[in-house]
Amino acid sequence: METFEFTIKGGDFKSIGYVSNTIKKIMHARNINPRDSRRIAVAIFEVETNIILYATQGTISVLFDNDKITVLARDEGMGIADVALAMREGYTTASDDIRRLGFGAGLGLSNIKKNSDITWISSIVNKGTQIVLIFFLTLVL
Amino acid sequence: MKKITDWQYICMLILNNLDLIMQIKEIAKTLDATIVVGDEATLSTEVKYGFATDLLSDLLKIDKNKTLLITGLATIQTIRAAMVMDVGAILLVRGKKALPEMIELARQNQMVLMEYKGSMFKACGILYQAGISPVY
Repeated sequence: METFEFTIKGGDFKSIGYVSNTIKKIMHARNINPRDSRRIAVAIFEVETNIILYATQGTISVLFDNDKITVLARDEGMGIADVALAMREGYTTASDDIRRLGFGAGLGLSNIKKNSDITWISSIVNKGTQIVLIFFLTLVL
Repeated sequence: MKKITDWQYICMLILNNLDLIMQIKEIAKTLDATIVVGDEATLSTEVKYGFATDLLSDLLKIDKNKTLLITGLATIQTIRAAMVMDVGAILLVRGKKALPEMIELARQNQMVLMEYKGSMFKACGILYQAGISPVY
């Protein structure tokens, strides 16, 4: 197993997409199926975007196994008051500034769930959020 | 009113269901768009679908290859979102100019970046008429 860790600063809008694209390049180098590679990168893109937009700081760890990839994300920040509600498409608490950047449509968490095989989200208001995602890789015969 | 015969109707149905593919350089020529980043190899790649949005969250939900992104969002995040989605070509509409960091990142990742003076609606209309299909 190999692990890659990233530290993320809240409010660092310019770095949105850096972690997901770095992991995508690693997956490409390891010949991971392009469909898997895309769905994993999309989920990580949404996770890192959420940390940058809504938290003060956070970390993302990506664990590579032969048959699966696990993403662990932890952040400190405002947290999510109602995770079930936040999972609904269209529900958003985004500011106008966030919308001007092209985010905040209320699709992030539902898109994370759609692209991962196992999704676990736990959050405490004014403390932070923890997310665990597991992606089972398609076997290439 | 002109009557459409059966064979004309059948031809229309066939044409509507044909998967038309255009090279990116043909798209640039059709729109008279400015190519900001692109070389002979990347401009020769094929595009089958068009997706127009100013919301990156929407882009992250599509599931098609050979897609051209049509957007007025000239940010570095647009390039990164396109990279994640394997979108190889971006058309910036409404006269938006690509930022230097966008140009650099697009160049490093063999993407095509184009600028178009017209509106998003106009670009979509022309490309749809030329045979580019919607993602859904």
